[in-house]
Amino acid sequence: MQPLQFTTAATLEDALGALGALAGADGQTALLAGGTDLIIQWRAGRRPLRQMVELKKIPELNVLEFDPARGLRLGAAVACHRLAEFEPARRHYRALVEGAALIGSTQIQSRASVGGNVCNASPAADAICGLIVHEARCLVRGPKGSREVLAKDFMLGPGRSALQPGELLVELRLPPPPPRSASGYLRFIPRNEMDIAVVGAGAWLAFAADGKTCTAARVALGAVGPTPYLVDAAGAALIGSTLDEPALRAAAEAATEAARPITDVRGTAEYRRHMAGVLTRRAILRAAQAARQSTRETHA
Amino acid sequence: MTTNRVVTATINGVETPLLVDTRMSLLEALRDAAGLTGTKEGCLTGDCGACTVILDGRPVDSCLVMAAEVEGAAITTVEGLARNGALHPVQQAFLDHAALQCGVCTPGFLVSAKALLDKNPAPTEEQIRYWLAGNLCRCTGYEKILSAVQDAARSLKTTR
Repeated sequence: MQPLQFTTAATLEDALGALGALAGADGQTALLAGGTDLIIQWRAGRRPLRQMVELKKIPELNVLEFDPARGLRLGAAVACHRLAEFEPARRHYRALVEGAALIGSTQIQSRASVGGNVCNASPAADAICGLIVHEARCLVRGPKGSREVLAKDFMLGPGRSALQPGELLVELRLPPPPPRSASGYLRFIPRNEMDIAVVGAGAWLAFAADGKTCTAARVALGAVGPTPYLVDAAGAALIGSTLDEPALRAAAEAATEAARPITDVRGTAEYRRHMAGVLTRRAILRAAQAARQSTRETHA
Repeated sequence: MTTNRVVTATINGVETPLLVDTRMSLLEALRDAAGLTGTKEGCLTGDCGACTVILDGRPVDSCLVMAAEVEGAAITTVEGLARNGALHPVQQAFLDHAALQCGVCTPGFLVSAKALLDKNPAPTEEQIRYWLAGNLCRCTGYEKILSAVQDAARSLKTTR
């Protein structure tokens, strides 16, 4: 294994400088947040590196704040356990927290970050459906300044993100939750814990003042395509309904229709298509239940 | 380009300078530079938990931490559990319940269990099982480990 230069960045400028100085065209500089994907890939020889730039000490990447008017700010290096313990996130961004909390064991939760999950860009990444249905924006910094990329556009394919050479992900920004809205995420794995999704589904819903009529809905699927993605038709099938059986069936069918899975050790394509529908229905019901619960708490 | 450096961390309460190659994991630094071989190497992919240590209050797989990352950090390894020759209640409970056979996973389980009880002194069975899901044991079938952790929680409660 070739020598490795290890740089601990104290500031964003440090990190961008280190990235710019050694990035070059060889792609052998990597940004280290939790390291739970990167270190394994590097050690296995799948990702030869000359330099690691550690990001966890940069203040901007450790932001975790909620403001009812501005929404959630999640620094790219915030470890999953911090998000899972952050009450406003648990309350208002359930699909994200439920997905992030499923990533690995207690030990992995201590290190892995949602930002890293996004940049690693696995098709089965558990935190991404939640970001998509909450319409998260990814704040990116690079040599040419800052830009924002919608979470749904951030992943380009397995292991490929919208980051250009020299750029890094600073923060995820989730819009404030509208009244009477809620979300949920479910994944299917063949055992109780510690596995990679066969299928994942996130749902976000908003309801009218009657608390029953769905006014806005978004559904995202994971592990059934090259990246997690939004299924517009599944959300559209719910709008205007009271989540009655025909609406739920239409949303589930839209998800099954939109699924483009492969067959691998975790399941066949046919099974995944079926499960995309099943999990979509359950994630919608889970979000609806959360919305009812939060409405009750608000009125209590 | 030299890639060796000295990293200073507080290991089991003692400030310890470690001469490390920047390619080394915290696991390698603990075993090879600090001579603390209680922490075991298992899978090297963060799946088995044999290398668990407490890093700044949180259990981590030391195989997935770079040694160069721990400058200024506080680390507890299995060697730091016993105090003045007296076993930590978690260690005593593992002995009392015969919660080990070959012993390779045991340091990781002990450290994970201590981290749990530090955070949650009265965990439910479900909380213990989920917390320890990142520690694999191929000998015991987990039942005795579960009993040991429950027992350690009880004895910690009475000594507090």
